[in-house]
Amino acid sequence: MAELVTKDITKEFDGRAVIKDISIVLHDNEIISLLGVSGSGKTTLFNVISGLLQPEYGQVILNGEDITGKAGHISYMMQKDLLLPYRTIEENVSLPLIVKGQKKKEALKKVRPYFQEFGLEGTEKKYPSQLSGGMRQRAALLRTYMFSNEIALLDEPFSALDTITKSAIHRWYLAVMEEIKLSTIFITHDIDEAILLSDRIYLLTGKPGKITDEIVIKEPKPRRKDFNLTNEFLAYKKMIIEKLES
Amino acid sequence: MKSKKLNIRGQIPSILTICLILVLWQGIAVSGIVPGYMLPSPVAVVKALIADFSLLAMHARYTVVEAFWGLAGGIVIGFLCAVFMDHFDFIYKALYPIIIITQTIPTVAIAPLLILWLGYEMAPKVVLIIIVTFFPISIGLLDGFRSADPDTIRLMKSMGATRIQIFRHIKLPSAMGQFFSSLRISVSYSIVGAVISEWLGGFYGLGVYMTRVKSAYAFDRMFAVIIAISALSLILMWFVDILQKICMPWENIK
Repeated sequence: MAELVTKDITKEFDGRAVIKDISIVLHDNEIISLLGVSGSGKTTLFNVISGLLQPEYGQVILNGEDITGKAGHISYMMQKDLLLPYRTIEENVSLPLIVKGQKKKEALKKVRPYFQEFGLEGTEKKYPSQLSGGMRQRAALLRTYMFSNEIALLDEPFSALDTITKSAIHRWYLAVMEEIKLSTIFITHDIDEAILLSDRIYLLTGKPGKITDEIVIKEPKPRRKDFNLTNEFLAYKKMIIEKLES
Repeated sequence: MKSKKLNIRGQIPSILTICLILVLWQGIAVSGIVPGYMLPSPVAVVKALIADFSLLAMHARYTVVEAFWGLAGGIVIGFLCAVFMDHFDFIYKALYPIIIITQTIPTVAIAPLLILWLGYEMAPKVVLIIIVTFFPISIGLLDGFRSADPDTIRLMKSMGATRIQIFRHIKLPSAMGQFFSSLRISVSYSIVGAVISEWLGGFYGLGVYMTRVKSAYAFDRMFAVIIAISALSLILMWFVDILQKICMPWENIK
């Protein structure tokens, strides 16, 4: 069971609020998206939730415990894959366990069974530079998962990939999520991606960034293969565009 | 295999140039344009090298041992300086100007002082080599530590990593490339530093041997020492290359 709540979070830089009164809820085994234009403070919110930044007001509560400003509770996957070029994939993936104080040998033993599930078998001993962009993102997601199997923050993890790789990785992502049931908050500025992957979408707009809307995507999971070509999908998209523009 | 062949082919121009210079040099020496006692022919130099080999080897051993201890000291001190300067900003501000100043003092000016203070044995040589080698190491490492990707450091912090863990897993490996570039420079400095300090006083070493053959006007043997010193530096740099390949296997796969 994992539940993450943020209560009225406000973060200021030099006295000016970047995000204001952000209250969101992430339920167990749920994927939610924060959708908004660049500069709406999405990454700032992630920095607060992950404990890298201390907010001026508000709280971050994980399973009833206040973790405001405390790092090391929630896994965070950033835009770039940030795989260390001098470590093999299995060494990269086991890094979170080593940071938590496990021995390298034990950590490697723990991560190896997941390679199959993440479609990474055969890459264990390779270096990141030998992998394609899509495979590197998979490895980065596995590393994120190895840190915490409860809650992950993903900051535009697929934005650097080309369209074809991206749609392949979306399908892969949804399939993996069915298996590992990792509760996730997803940052994106890609409306299609948000509708395709999320159970709920929060719209973050304005300056300072505020939550202006919440949209529930009622399409059941696992999603139909051609969900993004259906009328329902287009209706969601139209609604979101109208709300973002109003 | 293929890359090795290519490597040799890539070096053909430099090999040809060296051969051409040697042939020209031999021609000038043999023709008598320059008197033979002032400019010995390459053949004469090689003969001197062979004749003096055991003597050169004996002196070279001292030079290498001095260079080794000096370099080891330089690496340790350079490493410590870099770590503390990276970690504490006030140490960076305090030490950086001093480190720069140590490099503006000419080696030949401090070597005699060191000999007066520390005697004619190995100590002044090792100290001089430390002074000349720690600088490239510490500046190279410091640059390397600072080149670590800030996003990767943020990622580590989000995992709750300590400063020591960030240093161990991110900063140190990020600085490896810079470290080996600096080490290559320091290795050649260490041999040159050893020879200069031996030159100014001592009992053994290639520098001492050099002053002896110089006072005997044995030009062919002087050239032989020069070749020995160059060869020594080249071998050590080659050794650094091998060490780098072993320590940074991820660089070899590209």
